[in-house]
Amino acid sequence: MLSSHAFGDPGKMKDYHYAGPVEQRFSPYAFNGGTVLAVAGEDFAIVASDTRLSEGYSIHSRDSPKCYKLTDTTVIGCSGFHGDCLTLTKIIDARLKMYKHSNNKMMTSGAIAAMLSTILYGRRFFPYYVYNIIGGLDEEGKGAVYSFDPVGSYQRDTYKAGGSASAMLQPLLDNQIGFKNMEGVQHVPLTQDKAVQLVKDVFISAAERDVYTGDALRVCVITKEGIKEQTVPLRKD
Amino acid sequence: MFTAGRIKYHLCQLTEKSVGNNGTPLHFLMPALPYSTTFNRRRSFPVPPANHSVTVRRPFPLSHGTTTLGFIFQGGVIAAADTRASAGGLVACPAVHKITPIHSHLVVTSSGSGADCMLWERILAREIRLYQLRHRRRLSIRGAAKLLSFMLHPFKGTEVCVALTLCGWDKELIYVCSDGARLQGDVFSVGSGSPYAYGVLDRELRWTLSKDEAVSLAREAVFRATHRDAYSGNNVDLFLITAKGWNCKHYSLGLA
Repeated sequence: MLSSHAFGDPGKMKDYHYAGPVEQRFSPYAFNGGTVLAVAGEDFAIVASDTRLSEGYSIHSRDSPKCYKLTDTTVIGCSGFHGDCLTLTKIIDARLKMYKHSNNKMMTSGAIAAMLSTILYGRRFFPYYVYNIIGGLDEEGKGAVYSFDPVGSYQRDTYKAGGSASAMLQPLLDNQIGFKNMEGVQHVPLTQDKAVQLVKDVFISAAERDVYTGDALRVCVITKEGIKEQTVPLRKD
Repeated sequence: MFTAGRIKYHLCQLTEKSVGNNGTPLHFLMPALPYSTTFNRRRSFPVPPANHSVTVRRPFPLSHGTTTLGFIFQGGVIAAADTRASAGGLVACPAVHKITPIHSHLVVTSSGSGADCMLWERILAREIRLYQLRHRRRLSIRGAAKLLSFMLHPFKGTEVCVALTLCGWDKELIYVCSDGARLQGDVFSVGSGSPYAYGVLDRELRWTLSKDEAVSLAREAVFRATHRDAYSGNNVDLFLITAKGWNCKHYSLGLA
């Protein structure tokens, strides 16, 4: 769909005056909004996303979560262009099956992250417009979060926010989970209940200030017992 | 197809192979292929765009901007870098490792686009390891630089932006970039903060520096660059490579 949103640089004001004839080209990308967040704890990981699917000024769906379960210990959150998110998750599922059949074991979170990096870089010159965050448990049972850029650069983190409200949420997570920029505060390790509550609060704030985030929040909590999902309502306006 | 050492690069063949059946990319066709080995031997290089004039406009920025430096002195080779990855005006990650060890005696500092550097270092490490397994000796730093430069050559003119400095135990420093440059030297600084780092290095750099003086000079140079360059910042990673191998230190800059 021809959308001026796809052409402008994010964050820059567009000048509203006649700048001469502009060639309108077909853009293969669209921006469908959505925010994804992942937090790694001592023995758990949380991946959360909102469920709004939008395009331009419209909302296509209020129930389109962006967390996808990959294995019993790994969940991926993908936000950006919904078409690329769907194709990318299909490709990852197929590669997981191939690995299981060739190697007779499930892929670990670190292996999935490394594989996704090469999948994304294989399309370096026509990238998947997807911001990925993988959350899961590593081989030792500790929480792991891997965050990606659209072309495959990745890094293991303790927490990361991606998607349309990421610039608002990341500083808040730096402060509350990383205890950054605070003086005289005790570095208490994060418990699972506190982390889930923090994630809910953070998304409520994101829905207030970001138009592309809202409707509902899907939280996936990954522990060695398995993956538990909960849905929390958010602002629908 | 070209040959680098004894490793043939089948990039041209990969281009043809990857687009079969009326232009549908081959990896979308799920297995009806006769040989499982061909299917498992995945396309491990990104294929450069066939038509250079038509590029898709990207609606997102990629990470760029850095200060890295390397120099040699009597006690070995020092490699230092900041740790900020910026994407447009946002700090994508404040704790990126821009200096990656390839093996126990070779370290590479990266600058340019984050994803390009990460993946190309991975490809280089794989090729060096394969060489070591096939020839039962380690590839020299010059050989590694040449290999990397030849691997990057098909991507010259595309958006791949990679500027690596290979720092190795035989007291060599070689700068390789995606434009095709391959230069050996005594001191290199790469990235948006490099002019500021050169200013500090040129004053004090001598062959006869002691190890502690060299470490503190490198740290000072990166710190001054982060002070003035907006796209460099956060912490300093420092590697010292000697005949015994590499040794790494991380310094925080305080308020940077």
